[in-house]
Amino acid sequence: MVVGERKPFDELMRMLEGHKKIMVLGCGGCVTVCLTGGEDAVRVLSSQLRMAREKEGNPLEIIEKTVERQCDPEYIDMVETLVPDVEAVLSMACGVGVQYVAEKYAGTPSYPALNTTFVGGSVKEGYYVEKCQTCGECKLYYTGGICPITRCSKSLLNGPCGGSSKGSCEIDPDVPCGWQLIVDRLKALNLMDRYEEMLSINDWRTNRDGGPRKMVREDFQR
Amino acid sequence: MSAECKTDSSLEKILRSGQFAVTGECGPPRGADAEVIRKKCKLLKGNADAFNITDNQTSVVRMSSIASAVVMMQEGLEPVMQMVCRDRNRIAAQSDILGGAALGIKNMLCLSGDHQKFGDHPQAKNVYDLDSIQLIRTVRQMRDEGKFLGGDEIKGIPRLFIGAAENPFADPFEIRVPRLAKKIAAGVEFIQTQCIFNVPKFKEWMKGVVDRGLHEKCFILGGVTPIKSFGMASYMAKKVPGMDVPAEVLQRVKAVPKENQAEEGVKIAVETIQQLREIPGVAGVHIMAIEWEEKVGEIAKMAGLLPRPAV
Repeated sequence: MVVGERKPFDELMRMLEGHKKIMVLGCGGCVTVCLTGGEDAVRVLSSQLRMAREKEGNPLEIIEKTVERQCDPEYIDMVETLVPDVEAVLSMACGVGVQYVAEKYAGTPSYPALNTTFVGGSVKEGYYVEKCQTCGECKLYYTGGICPITRCSKSLLNGPCGGSSKGSCEIDPDVPCGWQLIVDRLKALNLMDRYEEMLSINDWRTNRDGGPRKMVREDFQR
Repeated sequence: MSAECKTDSSLEKILRSGQFAVTGECGPPRGADAEVIRKKCKLLKGNADAFNITDNQTSVVRMSSIASAVVMMQEGLEPVMQMVCRDRNRIAAQSDILGGAALGIKNMLCLSGDHQKFGDHPQAKNVYDLDSIQLIRTVRQMRDEGKFLGGDEIKGIPRLFIGAAENPFADPFEIRVPRLAKKIAAGVEFIQTQCIFNVPKFKEWMKGVVDRGLHEKCFILGGVTPIKSFGMASYMAKKVPGMDVPAEVLQRVKAVPKENQAEEGVKIAVETIQQLREIPGVAGVHIMAIEWEEKVGEIAKMAGLLPRPAV
């Protein structure tokens, strides 16, 4: 899932300065799963904003709404009748949702309530970790199912570097060395010969470096 | 190992002739004053065969490795240009390889580079377009095949003697020999190791190297750093990832009065060099006297490594 973290409250208050009526728009997708942008989060944030503005003697009217997903135009369309009534939409989706709202409602500013942090998974409720950098060319076959681009702080393809110490990365003892994990896994799988294969110089065109990416299923384009 | 040199590097000549090589290190200044390098060069001259010029070590901004290497050559010393993958993509790396070679640099050391977290610009974006092994492959291809990574022909081949680092003390230990094998497969010609304080562990690594015949495919220079004080040693032991300073070494430095700790550190360095010379497969030593350049000559002399051969 795409993981997002709510922006600091003061930053959100600054964004909304000058507005009297807004919509806080939640997303039922990934950010609901990671507890930062779903219906509950919309309710909590809206109350906090109302209270803070009330305290300032400058009340803020908020329409609370949550759609199934903000990364599909059809769901964004569902608030079409409400958006003309507000001065801005504060989207609680990942960066994709914020941009979908902006594209659809050209006359209304769309603001991010979250910082989109990474693509990852949950360790337990409320605890999420990064697992994929969406580089566009998956190398997990060579590395025992553990991603060196994401899990190594230097994204080394033929690591580990000389800073790997007692299982930890040189940047922080609490960060596991991605290559230690890879080596442990390859050993357990009896696939250490794959370690000695040199991973060739990467073609980063499949990454963001090739410009914004798209994926088109031709068979659906009729 | 082939006695035939691929470059005009003195370091290469000494190693290929079978003589025990000595390299040193010179950190560029945090400013544009070339005099700082000239002064260090005066302290270092004649005490080793070539001297590494670090490339923004510990991710702290310093004068560039190439520029500092040129100043060093003006002083009559042979530099080893370090290049880290942290700060340049393949376009910049290849460009700097050409530029360094054009300015007369004859040795290069390919490194990943410390993470920027350690430096004075932790907010920086790191590059790592290539890793150190891929950088070795790149410079080897440029030199021996005369081709850029993109495949185009290079007009005016960069003749660089190709080195890299290896840390026998980093984890996981069991891949440290295979990792060297990977660097050799990529085309590395000499290796300088991380500072050796734990000689038995280094011996164990070297045994693995010799068992696979890797010492016959690349020259291995053992890294030696003189300890300045107990404070420095315990900092290295505790705070520098991948550094192995055994308790008995710490104890030995701690046991002497503060004013004599530096002298003890030099003694340990000399003894380490003597032990390294006895280990099969070790082709030389790399003396890293960090901001203590005046000690390189003393250590080399005490270890019986002076005068350096004229080539």
